[in-house]
Amino acid sequence: MKPPADARSGGGEPLLRVEGLSKTFHDRRLFSRAGGAGVRAVDSVSFSLAAGETLGVVGETGSGKSTLGRLVLRLVEPSAGRIRFNGEDITALSQRQLRRMRQQVQMIFQDPYGSLDPRMSVGAIVAEPMIVHGLWHGGRDDRVLEVMRQVGLQAEHRNRYPHEFSGGQRQRIGIARAMALQPKLLVLDEPVSALDVSIQAQIINLLRELQQQADLGFLFIAHDLAVVRHVSNRVAVMYLGEIVEIGPRDALYSSPMHPYTVSLLSAVPVPTVDRERGRDRVVLHGEIGSATNLPSGCRFHPRCYKARLKAENPDVETVESQGERLPAACVLHQPRPVDAGDGHVAICHFPERGGDRSEVAVRAVESSRGAG
Amino acid sequence: MSDGAVLAVRDLSTVFPSEAGPVTTVDGVSFSLGAGETLAVVGESGSGKTMTFLSVLRLVPPPGRVTGGEVLLEGADIAALPASEMRWIRGAGIAMVFQDPLTALNPVFTIGDQMLEVIRAHTAMSPRQARALALEVLERVHIPAPAKRIDDYPHQLSGGMRQRVLIAMAIALRPKVLIADEPTTALDVTVQAQILELLAELRSELGMGMVLITHDLGLVARYADRVAVMYAGRVVETSPIAQGFGRSRHPYTRSLFRSIPRLDLPADQPLTVIAGQPPDLARLPAGCAFEPRCFLGNGREDCRSERPALLPTTSDRHLSACPHWRALIDAEAGA
Repeated sequence: MKPPADARSGGGEPLLRVEGLSKTFHDRRLFSRAGGAGVRAVDSVSFSLAAGETLGVVGETGSGKSTLGRLVLRLVEPSAGRIRFNGEDITALSQRQLRRMRQQVQMIFQDPYGSLDPRMSVGAIVAEPMIVHGLWHGGRDDRVLEVMRQVGLQAEHRNRYPHEFSGGQRQRIGIARAMALQPKLLVLDEPVSALDVSIQAQIINLLRELQQQADLGFLFIAHDLAVVRHVSNRVAVMYLGEIVEIGPRDALYSSPMHPYTVSLLSAVPVPTVDRERGRDRVVLHGEIGSATNLPSGCRFHPRCYKARLKAENPDVETVESQGERLPAACVLHQPRPVDAGDGHVAICHFPERGGDRSEVAVRAVESSRGAG
Repeated sequence: MSDGAVLAVRDLSTVFPSEAGPVTTVDGVSFSLGAGETLAVVGESGSGKTMTFLSVLRLVPPPGRVTGGEVLLEGADIAALPASEMRWIRGAGIAMVFQDPLTALNPVFTIGDQMLEVIRAHTAMSPRQARALALEVLERVHIPAPAKRIDDYPHQLSGGMRQRVLIAMAIALRPKVLIADEPTTALDVTVQAQILELLAELRSELGMGMVLITHDLGLVARYADRVAVMYAGRVVETSPIAQGFGRSRHPYTRSLFRSIPRLDLPADQPLTVIAGQPPDLARLPAGCAFEPRCFLGNGREDCRSERPALLPTTSDRHLSACPHWRALIDAEAGA
């Protein structure tokens, strides 16, 4: 999914630009305490996406990656920030105005079972977006068949129902529905993670073809680092609502700067025995924190191996935190972005780069690539 | 091969009636598992990997029925045991950990209630003794502050902690065999590593035989001693990891390896697509079930007419249900 070289470097407005986007959910249940700070599901996220480009978004449960996808479509209303689509600010559009935008931005969901109406035939499912958007002027049957053919479904499938199809075929139906309006941008939320391995490759290759044919932009949200690497031009890593690292794919996978990215890479199992058995894992402390009760300073510090390595250095000022000594910077201060050039940015007090690159990071990258 | 095996299964079959006629979800499956050994069972949805072990435990949901086969636990056939004795086997003999730790726990009882129920159903322990044992095993699975956690409800724990609780319940009675069915699929990748390290540690400490049911070939490479690959209810290939992994003697396994994106291969390397759709068990072809999707079969007459048996290949520990496995090695040599 390589964009033409000028798509990113060109001076024009990108297809999608997101600035300082945030979403705070407030607990409005009956017995909740009033005046709580709320859950900062997405916190000051900024990025841009060019036509024909794929930006992969990886993160664990609770990282805010799915909320981010929904914010871009305004299926969830942002609490702060701006979303520009094709140069137009869509953050403040009314629901009526949004409909025009939604023709051009479509979503593909993880679960092809839950996202298709079981009572509608495939033909009706693919036709529905055209009807809803007033683009159905009779005689559009040819368009339905064209889209179905585009995604690898056969004409005789149009009168069948979702339950008659396997998971992979159902995902094709979901893709056909999204493609019916000839969108410019697809938000894909875990599009292959519910599929069997033998089917994943079919869907990934199909998405790649569709992207090349129509110069589509993809916001590809997934937890699988190998899948994201395979499909993306650039990758953003999210942790507790923030993008902690973003950069060109090869730079991010070969020289990750954020300790969280390093930890993720180190945890992905590689299907080669010699490499896998010899691997040292970065075993993270604990589990992902909660966005209701964010850690002070850097959000990742309670789990970070690099903070612990740094705390052993007598030149680094440390403080007591949860029973261990950690660098004061990590515990007390929000880290600032570190720019390695070419759009590769991480927010970390002690990024893994240059002379400060730890042995852990070097080994994690080597073994994930099979060089170890 | 089954000599000294803690669990040996021979020719196990399970059939579900359906409108289209009987569907054989487990079709003559045989394997054996040594003490302290980890056998990975790999396959896609519908391949029969979970159903095989539900059949071993005699937990096949009706109207499904085990129609044949032997299940030897430490040499004794448990396939014909009465239901009352089978209940004892489940837990004390063979324990199982399931994929989704939230649905496997009852939300209205505390962790402690549920653990004590299991322990007391299988032993003559007093509530006090059972609680002490529960605390001991919670500690063993590295749950911090177990004395506090034991009175928590499942929703108060994270996904990784819930999975640890289920593992604690599974090992409380010191089973001979632990079956872990996709134990980390519902968990994040960093937590997944923690849980699998825990399982590996418990296996060697307690000397259990372990079955790891998974679709993740990377986990197989790291944690298993042997692998069995299932397709359409049958074992199509089995081999020791050290010699056989990545040197597959079956075209389905080969295709699986080539179809997954991998961090250790160039990012732009195209994925090989396995053509077609997963098999429909109600309408299996007369010959090899993988033939319609196989790059090797290619219209060979015997693939279409004969159901291939699982037979030794280069060694008697590496079995394949593809009679044309030699062609895979020739292709390797030519490449």
